[in-house]
Amino acid sequence: MSTHAISDARVMLKRSLRHVTRSLDTIITVTIMPIAFMLLFVYVFGGAIQTGTDNYVNYLLPGILLIAIGSGVAYTSYRLFNDLKSGIFERFHSMPIARPSVLWGHVLTSVVSNAISVAVIVLVALIMGFRSSAGVLAWLAVAGMLVLFTLALTWIAVIAALSAKTQDGAAAFSYPIIFLPFVSSAFVPTDSMPGPVRAFAENQPVTSIVNTIRALFEQQPVSSDIWTALAWCVGVLLVAYVVALAAYRRKIA
Amino acid sequence: MQTHDPAITVRGLRKSYKDLQVLKGVDFEVARGSIFALLGSNGAGKTTIMRILATLLKPDDGAATVDGFDVRSQPAQVRESISLTGQFAAVDEILTGRENLVMVAELRQVRKPGQVADDLLARFSLSDAGGRPVGTYSGGMRRRLDIAMSLIGDPPVIFLDEPTTGLDPEARLEVWRMVKELATSGTTVLLTTQYLDEAEKLADRIAILHEGTIIVSGTLADLRRLLPPAKVEYVERQPSLEEIFLAIVGTKEGHR
Repeated sequence: MSTHAISDARVMLKRSLRHVTRSLDTIITVTIMPIAFMLLFVYVFGGAIQTGTDNYVNYLLPGILLIAIGSGVAYTSYRLFNDLKSGIFERFHSMPIARPSVLWGHVLTSVVSNAISVAVIVLVALIMGFRSSAGVLAWLAVAGMLVLFTLALTWIAVIAALSAKTQDGAAAFSYPIIFLPFVSSAFVPTDSMPGPVRAFAENQPVTSIVNTIRALFEQQPVSSDIWTALAWCVGVLLVAYVVALAAYRRKIA
Repeated sequence: MQTHDPAITVRGLRKSYKDLQVLKGVDFEVARGSIFALLGSNGAGKTTIMRILATLLKPDDGAATVDGFDVRSQPAQVRESISLTGQFAAVDEILTGRENLVMVAELRQVRKPGQVADDLLARFSLSDAGGRPVGTYSGGMRRRLDIAMSLIGDPPVIFLDEPTTGLDPEARLEVWRMVKELATSGTTVLLTTQYLDEAEKLADRIAILHEGTIIVSGTLADLRRLLPPAKVEYVERQPSLEEIFLAIVGTKEGHR
């Protein structure tokens, strides 16, 4: 059975990726909002924001990428919810396949489709003047960090899809996640914020992730932020995975 | 495995959702290569039985085997032996018809999935539509594709959940013809339906499920004999299954 697991997951990934590529509007929707934020912050608010760097796009990009992933995983939840509602989930479960592959197909699709939107946004940022001296290793580290972040959020999306009653409910979990970067070091340095807000901003996951990616792009030492960021991502990933599998077992019991 | 064993056996099956008792001890057997119809109104528990036999739902009590395998202790083997189609087993609307077939062939580890898909498209008169998304198909085409998908890997037992619900009369006849072909080639077919004429035309044996138990089961001739003789004197033609159904259901309810 387990030998089938990988090939089954591959078939599921292929199916789900076709759903993504055949609804290009979802890719556009997922990338356009973060790009709009980037334009707004760079060309409208950017002049008034003091970050201590002369290139605000460089400062902004990590947070924008996290927002893009936050809204991207909402579609993962939406697609999984639709499968549950339509009955195709039941067909798969009545077939001689490795059952968890139905979840893994969606999870892997989430990683691939978010990677595509991240690439599109980085291209736009390059046009807007984003520059990085980072080497291959630093870029790989950034990619790894983003994949880890995507996986953590995707398993939260799986929980949302498995426990939601309506389509809107399945995507609603992403709103606070999209909002988190605004109360972090993503747009402005946290030391400009009043006490309690600053305390929240500095101790929530987005700040450590943003600081890590920013340092990697700037070829600066990543400090302890990288461990905090990794701890958050791996911690959330493990908890969300365990809860998602429990929700899945409840669903199919 | 002995071919004389029944393809499906169900013994004392019980299932409740919270306080609602859906199945209150269901028993029946389906012979190999036959068409067996579970007849009942909406909410009678037909779909619950299907879901239990397809290993999608665990029974509270009782036992069921499919192709000799226990649905509780050997679910993987049961899934090797069955295909589920119809009302609640959807096809993928975004993929094309051909892609749906290839997907199922790949999941069932069939050799040459592309070839299998093309053969089935031709057999079910879907070759022209094979490259179009299923979302653009008519109800009849979709049901044909659904049944084509269930044949991949030649499972010995096929479950058809309300196979003709929502179809126009012509598409209905088409589905009936395909179901009969299946049984002729040795496949066991368990179908649920709320259409009495469907059971009458298709099934070798019919079980009437009412309020969680099978109140009567047998061939159409057996069921005809159940009608009170007093009624027979008044009708000149053979009673239709519809009359038998309503008479039996009415009597049962009258007793309580």
